[in-house]
Amino acid sequence: MQGYAFDIAHMLAGGLVLVSFMMIYQDRLYALLNTFALQAVLLALAVAWQAYIQSAHHLYASAALALVFKGMIVPWALHRVVQRLGIHREVETVAGVVPTMLAGMGLVALSMLQLTQSAESAIAREDLAFALSVILLGMLMMITRRNAVSQVVGFMSLENGLILAAAAAQGMPLVVEISVAFSVLIAMIVIGVFLFRIRERFDSVDLEALDEFRGERR
Amino acid sequence: MTGDTALSAVLILPVAAAALLALLPGYRISAWVNVVASLATFLAAASLLVLARPEAGDYLRVDDVNIVFIVLNTFVGFTAAFFSASYIGHELEIGRVTPANLRFYHAMYQIMMFGMNLALVSNNIGLMWVAIELATLTTVLMVGLYRTHEALEAAWKYFILGSVGIALALFGTILVYVAAQPVLGEGMPAMVWSNLIGAAAQLDSAMLNVAFVFLLVGYGTKVGLAPFHAWLPDAHAEGPTPISAVLSGLLLNVALYAVLRFKLLMTANEAAVAPGPLMIGLGLLSLIFAAFMLYRRRDIKRLFAYSSIEHMGIIVFAFGIGGPLANFAGLLHMVMHSLTKSAIFFAVGNVTQIKGTQKLSEIRGLTQSHPALGWGLVLAVLSIAGMPPSGVFMSEFLVVTTSFARMPVLALILVFGLILAFGALLLRLTGVAFGTPSEPNAPMHGSLAPLWLHLALVYLIGLHMPQAMVDWFQTVAAILG
Repeated sequence: MQGYAFDIAHMLAGGLVLVSFMMIYQDRLYALLNTFALQAVLLALAVAWQAYIQSAHHLYASAALALVFKGMIVPWALHRVVQRLGIHREVETVAGVVPTMLAGMGLVALSMLQLTQSAESAIAREDLAFALSVILLGMLMMITRRNAVSQVVGFMSLENGLILAAAAAQGMPLVVEISVAFSVLIAMIVIGVFLFRIRERFDSVDLEALDEFRGERR
Repeated sequence: MTGDTALSAVLILPVAAAALLALLPGYRISAWVNVVASLATFLAAASLLVLARPEAGDYLRVDDVNIVFIVLNTFVGFTAAFFSASYIGHELEIGRVTPANLRFYHAMYQIMMFGMNLALVSNNIGLMWVAIELATLTTVLMVGLYRTHEALEAAWKYFILGSVGIALALFGTILVYVAAQPVLGEGMPAMVWSNLIGAAAQLDSAMLNVAFVFLLVGYGTKVGLAPFHAWLPDAHAEGPTPISAVLSGLLLNVALYAVLRFKLLMTANEAAVAPGPLMIGLGLLSLIFAAFMLYRRRDIKRLFAYSSIEHMGIIVFAFGIGGPLANFAGLLHMVMHSLTKSAIFFAVGNVTQIKGTQKLSEIRGLTQSHPALGWGLVLAVLSIAGMPPSGVFMSEFLVVTTSFARMPVLALILVFGLILAFGALLLRLTGVAFGTPSEPNAPMHGSLAPLWLHLALVYLIGLHMPQAMVDWFQTVAAILG
């Protein structure tokens, strides 16, 4: 039972990492949003599985939240934003796909090396390593994308990694789970406000449009 | 009144005021409600100094380490609210903000104060994280208040970098929990600060090492340490000036306080890697980098934003060196920098309203056209540059002497950075303060009382530090190790 429980937990967590890689090479916004939704669904499954093996029922709430909010509502809302703004063409990437993928592999190797050696308990350490991989890949995505919507997706993917880590930490108090979910909610509101304002001002959510104001005013 | 009531008041007053301010129309009333609420919060916090300390619970705690930060936080919160009340009306007149914006601004101000107070009194690493996140999100909204191109870009940059920082800090927090859970048991006890520090020696040190790196980078982003500082100058320059004062004077301190808490944990665990060298490295990098950047500034608010990075570098360096004397200097410098830098931003707010610009090249001769403001700015800048007899001089002097005694090579780099920054600030100051006054010279609206009050405190403490303060710094410096 024990080994089998671990295997499924690892499979789901590994699936999250895999989807993170898939997100890195999506060059269309709609496809990117769909992949993000897939990751959220996987996250919900992973968290629900943790809830089952730890008999921690409050984690089911986190799983449900991930499924409904991040798996459905947010992708749907971002779909509408993209549609309204008419930016469903290609996503601009700064670095090419191959170097980005290689960098991603490097990051995953780094997190595996770092965490599998440091933790004492086997339960936490692999899951934490997977979570760290998802976090780092999310950051990589934020760095390589110039478009505001895909940066937001990168950030949410990063948050997925955080929730995975929180769920994998045995018996982490409920307060933190709720606050994690809550902060995502707040983050979305803030981002929504920002997208709204940016669109209002620039008719574009491409951060290049903002970049011309970078630095000192003369 | 007991300590418990005072502690609750420090947290409940800002929330109640925020709710009231969200409902109140009319900026004149809300500006003063904001001041009164901040004053009441400050009085409640100050009463914590004399009342019996409340029992540390699972969530809240008042101890030697945080008490002065709470008092300082609410004090500057109050003076900044007072300055803001006299300042923000003119921003409305010149059409930079709308009345609806102002209503939002005042409510957010109180929520931000709540977030910072909560972060300081929390006894729980999860709660502390939530509080700092809350304070960050509210300041993001405030920075974007003017809705200009620049303000939006600044807010967006701050939001993205701040969120990544705060996310990394959460991962660090989770790792601390994972390290503590085998020792302290599952659930809430393993996130409570007093339990963690009590059991620090038994925690999994390898896990703590990884956690500290994430916490340092995560909260360090909020402190504005180079190379994670990119949000700081923009956020200071484009937001409303009272918010720049609060950002530099308070929010950076709160984030630094979080780093200090975890540094304590690391020091208490002997097998864990020493946090000192990491902090020394980041501190020196920030100091030198910011000192060079000071020379290239053309915008007065950006200039002082970079000066904040420089001073955060000095403080982190001091704590990195460690030991009673360096810790003493670091704590003193935190308090002095907070008071002086917010005073500078109070002055700068007036300057930009008078001249209608933030460009350094278009601001000249302030001491002639507006003596009280001009000389106030001169004194404040001299103080932040580290001239005696200000309190900043005393803390910088202590940092330099300790590091010369302990690590002479690093002390040379430190002194180089300090002199570099000193030169840059004086160069800019002479241009702004002396010479023929530049046009235009609109009448001054913002109050000068907060500026001079802060200056008086900084110079009085520099001339003679009260014994109670010395005792407190010594106690905490000993705890910090």
